[in-house]
Amino acid sequence: MAKQPIITVKNLVKNYGDFKAVKGISFEVYEGEIFGLLGPNGAGKTTTLEIIETLREKTAGEITVDGFNIDTDAASIKKRIGVQLQAAGYYPNLNLSELIDLFSGLYGIERSPLEMLEKVALTDKARAKYKELSGGQKQRFSIATTLINNPRIVFLDEPTTGLDPQARRNLWDLIREIRDQGTTVVITTHYMDEAEVLCDRVAFVDGGNIIGVDTPDNFIDKLVAGGFERPKQVKLASLEDVFINMTGKEWREE
Amino acid sequence: MTEQPYSNFKATLAIAKASFRSIIRSPSSVVFTLLFPLIFILVFGFISGGGVISVDVGVAKTNDTLNPVYQALKNVSVVRLIHSQTPEQMEANLKKGSIDAILNIQKNTKAPYFTVNVQTSKASGEKAAILKSALNNIFFQINSHVPDAPPPVAEIRESTISGREYKTIDFILPGQLGFALLSTGVFGTAFVFLSLRITLVIKRFFATPVKRYSIVIGEAIARISFALIGALFIILIGRFAFGFTLVHGVVTVLNMLLLSFIGVIVFMGFGFVVSGIAKNESTVPPIANMITLPQFLLSGTFFSINVFPAWLQPISRALPLTYLNDALRKVAFEGASLFDVSHQILIMCIWGIVVYAVAVKTFKWE
Repeated sequence: MAKQPIITVKNLVKNYGDFKAVKGISFEVYEGEIFGLLGPNGAGKTTTLEIIETLREKTAGEITVDGFNIDTDAASIKKRIGVQLQAAGYYPNLNLSELIDLFSGLYGIERSPLEMLEKVALTDKARAKYKELSGGQKQRFSIATTLINNPRIVFLDEPTTGLDPQARRNLWDLIREIRDQGTTVVITTHYMDEAEVLCDRVAFVDGGNIIGVDTPDNFIDKLVAGGFERPKQVKLASLEDVFINMTGKEWREE
Repeated sequence: MTEQPYSNFKATLAIAKASFRSIIRSPSSVVFTLLFPLIFILVFGFISGGGVISVDVGVAKTNDTLNPVYQALKNVSVVRLIHSQTPEQMEANLKKGSIDAILNIQKNTKAPYFTVNVQTSKASGEKAAILKSALNNIFFQINSHVPDAPPPVAEIRESTISGREYKTIDFILPGQLGFALLSTGVFGTAFVFLSLRITLVIKRFFATPVKRYSIVIGEAIARISFALIGALFIILIGRFAFGFTLVHGVVTVLNMLLLSFIGVIVFMGFGFVVSGIAKNESTVPPIANMITLPQFLLSGTFFSINVFPAWLQPISRALPLTYLNDALRKVAFEGASLFDVSHQILIMCIWGIVVYAVAVKTFKWE
């Protein structure tokens, strides 16, 4: 697969007054990959993401999304991306299918709510309110709203935070499905095991700088080649594997 | 993927539809817009026994009770004639407001054969006007019995003047309607925009191609539609359950709805200001109450502003709800046209311009 950049970020800078949140970062996201932005809290991941999503003004730098310049064509970019925000709420008092109707209207298109809910296995919750959903269901619904406009790229900000191991795996499957249908996925996470199994490439962000971009395997190989050894001998399975093995991979509805 | 031109119209309608659904499912908006005013209307409707207001009129004991003016006045159900009090008592009671007027009917030997001296106080307010209108009515009847009676054309005029009872509901309903519009405009708008901002619903909207004005207009369409449906509901209940006077029927209802429309737009401006100033949901009620409560008390919602002390009246006359209430009453009971109440409409519009100028400065999207 020829690696075609779909997002190009060059020397992005974001200052909040005196505080430099993003200090001139550059990276590319290739079409059709799952790209992970990793880093500790306050590293500038969400700020970077929100600037690319056209939700925040940048201080300096150049960004191109699917061929459109963010300074001159924000409206075209909005039409071809899907955005899931950390902790975003939904319009109060509406059920899931009414919310899908609302978002279809916001994109100026007609989508069948049931068809969208089917993609994230929530058809039986069509008449439920968002706040009545479990954590995993909420995240899946959020992802459904990002897919309404058949986006070229979806942005997911910490979609698995707070989910149990089953719900997490369920969401990984969903994210892979989205990628396999040709949509590029940009994701942030605090879980390295998640980034390792899910992301095609990852970028490490710290203190407003990018300190490395590569595939997870390459990063690990380089570290090991440098003589790194885990203090404790690695076992062939983790406790999470035990958990999944004992409780089953079945998705739990609360 | 084929590109369709983006439709701001569709987006606006989608927001209006979502917002309307949300409003009718929100208990607080239904309570404020419908239940609250209806309870007040019910309570006041029943308190004053069948909804008839009474004008207490003191009559001097020395008065000739057989004269036709007195006899006719006795048949006016709104007027209650009291002739047990001495002139001194009557004067004191008039000052206190426990009677609304003092009548003294003089008989003359030549035309005019009767001179009716009416003494009212500032506290009499609307009641003085009711008494005067009843007297005018009687005069008209009596005058038409004398030999050189006016031509029959006048009789048609007479039929429109007479027989219109000023009931409690005619005073209470427009006031309650005005206040319901104020509540839904201020509280509803403030809460919606604040909560959409705090829960990041608006931020999520901004990740779609929707324009800011679509969000504001969509919300406004929903809020105004709900307020007008509520207004129509209140008017119809008033009409059919309590005999609320609608002089020109459907035309009057439409005029009242148009006034309500202007009113709710002005009041929504206050809501935008409150949503901008408030830091979180618990600071909305205190700020919103600072706007609604004075108007609730001082804008003639329950009492005519004429009964307030003189120093308070200029404040009453500065508030927008005063003019909405006033215009609604004039349209409903006196059959005034919108042109007749253009002064009230003008003052509401001035308020609207000022409030929206402030709202533009204070409103926050994020």
